[in-house]
Amino acid sequence: MILAIDTSAGSSVAVVDRDGGVLAEHTVADTRRHAEVIGRLIDDSLREAGVAPSDLSAVVAGRGPGPFTGLRVGIAAARAFAFGAGVPCLSVGSHDAVAFERLSAAAGRSVAASGGAVDSPLVVVTDARRREVAFSSWSGLDDDGLPVLAVGPALVRPADLDEATGASSSWPRTDPDATTVSAAALGMLAERLFEHGRPFADAEPLYLREPDVTPSAGPKPVTR
Amino acid sequence: MTATRASSSAAGPVAREPLVLGIETSCDETGIGIVRGRTLLANVISSSMDEHARYGGVVPEVAARAHLEALEPALAAALAEAGVTTDELDAVAVTSGPGLAGALMVGVGAAKALALATGKPLYAVNHLVGHVGADVLRDDGSELELPTIALLVSGGHTSLLHVRDLVDDVELLGETIDDAAGEAFDKVARLLGLPYPGGPQIDRVAEGGDPKAIRFPRGLTLPKDLAKHRYDFSFSGLKTAVARWVEQRRSEGGAVPVADVAASFREAVADVLLTKALAACADRGVPRLLLGGGVVANARVRQLAAERCAAAGVELRVPPLSLCTDNGAMIAALGAELVSRGRAPSPLDFGADSTLPVTTVQAV
Ligand SMILES: [Zn+2]
Repeated sequence: MILAIDTSAGSSVAVVDRDGGVLAEHTVADTRRHAEVIGRLIDDSLREAGVAPSDLSAVVAGRGPGPFTGLRVGIAAARAFAFGAGVPCLSVGSHDAVAFERLSAAAGRSVAASGGAVDSPLVVVTDARRREVAFSSWSGLDDDGLPVLAVGPALVRPADLDEATGASSSWPRTDPDATTVSAAALGMLAERLFEHGRPFADAEPLYLREPDVTPSAGPKPVTR
Repeated sequence: MTATRASSSAAGPVAREPLVLGIETSCDETGIGIVRGRTLLANVISSSMDEHARYGGVVPEVAARAHLEALEPALAAALAEAGVTTDELDAVAVTSGPGLAGALMVGVGAAKALALATGKPLYAVNHLVGHVGADVLRDDGSELELPTIALLVSGGHTSLLHVRDLVDDVELLGETIDDAAGEAFDKVARLLGLPYPGGPQIDRVAEGGDPKAIRFPRGLTLPKDLAKHRYDFSFSGLKTAVARWVEQRRSEGGAVPVADVAASFREAVADVLLTKALAACADRGVPRLLLGGGVVANARVRQLAAERCAAAGVELRVPPLSLCTDNGAMIAALGAELVSRGRAPSPLDFGADSTLPVTTVQAV
């Protein structure tokens, strides 16, 4: 049983189980209120699933990419919940979850269903603020039903997407203004990674952008 | 209140002092503290100060990233230091404001999740009132007496409070209308070619200087300013005055007397801080002044506070420095006061409020 949390776009929390599938999922689309809603979403998800923290085997955090301030709320919550529950906190890319959900749907199955390969390419594009988008290209699902990364994730200006996506430039793209990240997909993807003994992502958030500061060049004169 | 009640996990049904874990992430220190009532059990602080040094000031995004990475190790260290488990906690407390929004959100997100994972009530508290609450953790047996005037000065805030009751009745008398005092120290240090953070550097070089060498302005102390800003502070003009003075000296080809500039600047800051604080004590008829915030580390501020308070017959209270700089123990202490008073926990949907007023001691 896994508690999955993603705040890379809106705020999404789910409780999933390898055999039982998606037991609960609660999502708020608002991209500015992560800190306000995260507690309620966790509480509602656990209650609806009828799951106590001690029943969980892990917590999974969506590591982004996504706007930093919101992204961190979910990762902080996932880490702290795992700490409090005494279970490991694992990381899965947020775009991986989008690809997993969309490509599973393309194969006519839900994220909770296990299945094999799907040959259906997709470019996941999400908002990164400051007139940039985050993208990643996926060639399909492998024999274990897990998404196969081709390019990315990286940040680009929307006008540069064709060039940045390279060979995948003609693949279908998600709409950055409408692409949501489902914690249920994130959690089920984590269950599949477990099931097939695949490695998890680095715990580091996927910021893809350095803090926007320049080292000071010294004080500016006040007199002229 | 008993001074200590060691290893009270075996405490009986009598009302025992609440065991509270506090989380503080409002600026550049990730603080996790644990208290039992008014007894300090752990005070773990992880600072990102070094990462800000090359920028000459706190960079909010750098601070927020550092909080996320420091949080879990600090939680583990604090529990180990206190020798308690999360199961034993009676409550979790967290700073919900004021402070840097992105930094606060890390603590708020973590605190909500920790409280839910452990099934503990959560108290969202005010950072500035937390600075006052730190004083209850002193282990010298002296009790915080109320009412008190509190002067809280750091790189993030400069506030003067009238505290009549720690959880119920806190009034903001004044605050900075531009830079925080700590920021002014950083900026003047840079001007003098000294590294960040500026406070300790200014303090160090000022040691051999003459505080009366240069008469720098005292912000908002002229009669016309006092009418509107009796208890407010302004350090922007002082900073500019120091810069002008130094630039003029340099343009004339003269050497800058760094020690005298630092000492005179430090004197101006200390003077205006304490003049206003003691005016508040006199106006309000409150014979007590509590200092808090990182600027308390400044030797001259402490010395001048002692002199002025003694002259005015005002009792001066200065918590130990480790409780004056931002820390989680003060947040835990304020949380414990709320629990002891039987206050209900905060609702699950409070947010980070970068401008939370001091009148809101607990987000409800
Ligand atoms: Zn502070």
